[in-house]
Amino acid sequence: MEAQPYTRTELMICVAARLFQDGTTAFIGTGIPMLAAMLATKTTAPNLVPVFEFGGTGAILEDLPRAVGEARTFHKGLCASGICDTMETAQRGFIDYGFLGGAQIDCYGNLNSTTIGEHDHPRARLPGSGGGNDVGTQCWMTVAIMQHDKRRFVPKVDFVTTPGYLTGPGARQAAGLPPGTGPAYVVSTLALMDYDSAPAGASPAGTCRMRLAATHP
Amino acid sequence: MQVLESGRGEMIQPPDLDAFREWNRTEKTRKLVDKRMSEAEAVSRFVTDGCYIGTELYGTVRCPMSLAREVVRQGKKDLRVCGQGVLELDLWLAAGLVKKLDVTYIGLEVYGTSSALRRAVESGQVESCVEWSNGAISWRMKATAMGVPFLPTRSMLGTDTLTYSSAKVVEDPFTGIKVCLLPALVLDVGLIHVHRADRHGNAQIEGISGFAFEMSRACKRLVISAEEIVPTDEIRKYPDRTIIPYYLVDAVVHAPYGSYPGEMAYCYGRDEAAIREWVEMSKTPEGSQAYLEKYVYSLKDHQAYLNLIGQERLAQMVEERERRE
Repeated sequence: MEAQPYTRTELMICVAARLFQDGTTAFIGTGIPMLAAMLATKTTAPNLVPVFEFGGTGAILEDLPRAVGEARTFHKGLCASGICDTMETAQRGFIDYGFLGGAQIDCYGNLNSTTIGEHDHPRARLPGSGGGNDVGTQCWMTVAIMQHDKRRFVPKVDFVTTPGYLTGPGARQAAGLPPGTGPAYVVSTLALMDYDSAPAGASPAGTCRMRLAATHP
Repeated sequence: MQVLESGRGEMIQPPDLDAFREWNRTEKTRKLVDKRMSEAEAVSRFVTDGCYIGTELYGTVRCPMSLAREVVRQGKKDLRVCGQGVLELDLWLAAGLVKKLDVTYIGLEVYGTSSALRRAVESGQVESCVEWSNGAISWRMKATAMGVPFLPTRSMLGTDTLTYSSAKVVEDPFTGIKVCLLPALVLDVGLIHVHRADRHGNAQIEGISGFAFEMSRACKRLVISAEEIVPTDEIRKYPDRTIIPYYLVDAVVHAPYGSYPGEMAYCYGRDEAAIREWVEMSKTPEGSQAYLEKYVYSLKDHQAYLNLIGQERLAQMVEERERRE
């Protein structure tokens, strides 16, 4: 077979797609996570059950959804309910994976999608949490998908919109976040990263810091 | 219960559930009366300057766009706005109508951040942004729907989202775990677009219901717009599909293509080119004003808007609808 050219973003989507385990439930956000979920259902995880926050569960992803509420998120789906139902399902421990994006991520996997600069007088106002905070709190394992550059991978995020391991070992549980939850992977345009805390949130935890798992070819 | 942590965000609308009960007792009729009216009349009667207002679902999906445009047309100002939005809240922000935000997400989805939000917040035109997650804001409505002053959740704990909200953290007296308490949220007015309603306001939705159930039960005034107005006998055939019963509703507006350029499940798809037109024009204040002039200020009403879009384009969106097959 002739080699096809590909972009770094396409490679990132392929790496992210392989992280979906077949027969699990996954909360899917807008954009790249949708592409990754769609690819996963057509390849390695045909029985993945995608959950979209405004109520779509178990859609057959034939066309790429462009928003988390559009009809493609419940196309030939198993259930079309509402946001309280999906979020409560996650809060009850039924959602295995959450796929997230953000403007900034730090070494503990905390994500910022709210403001750059000081909150009350921001240099840049970003969209806000949306469902991100709920996903990062309630899903068992979260995967962040990010373009790899220095502005995005920062020592400290300007605003913790969505919890990663917060300030390090034990911080999630001290804050009251559900035990056993936490960031599992980061997929970037250059690499796959995991955290020194396997499995996610387990006790005794490691340093909870992000570390390089594999570089992309 | 000891309060362990308090968000420093402003309580934009302090909840008073006893007052809400009293309101529901005295201000909401139980009679099956005809509540049909135009967008202009509904907005004029029920949306007031400075009111605390929310829309459902959001900008590109089953969104009350004809009502949102009418709010702009009537220049309702100093709005305190609750929630998430795409095109609808962008229009309000661009028109300078928004004073305060209980914000979960305002952005342009796959097209990225909202230029209108950036300008309005970074310039200080929006005086305060109080942060919530999507789950949290929906549960705040659910608390009101339940008639209780707060609901506990595990969302938001440990984050700046909580710090800049008006939630509180306490230790649960039963289990000892930390929980985030979300205050009930009573909207002065909610705007919801549905597939069909009768003249009394009994309303039915197809596909996902978003947070229509919760929002409809968390407002003092509720304006429904509907693709189709049906006889009450049709509602009575499928009562299981009624998500919003009439007594919650104050106005029923017949708005075919009411969610355009967004989509309406099983009715019409979203018009990507029309959505991109806003994405591009909203990048500058001048572009935003030109857009508002073309699609709102210069048009008398929703019918004039549909005439401008044209039957051919609308028919194409119907062709692209989600189908049950």
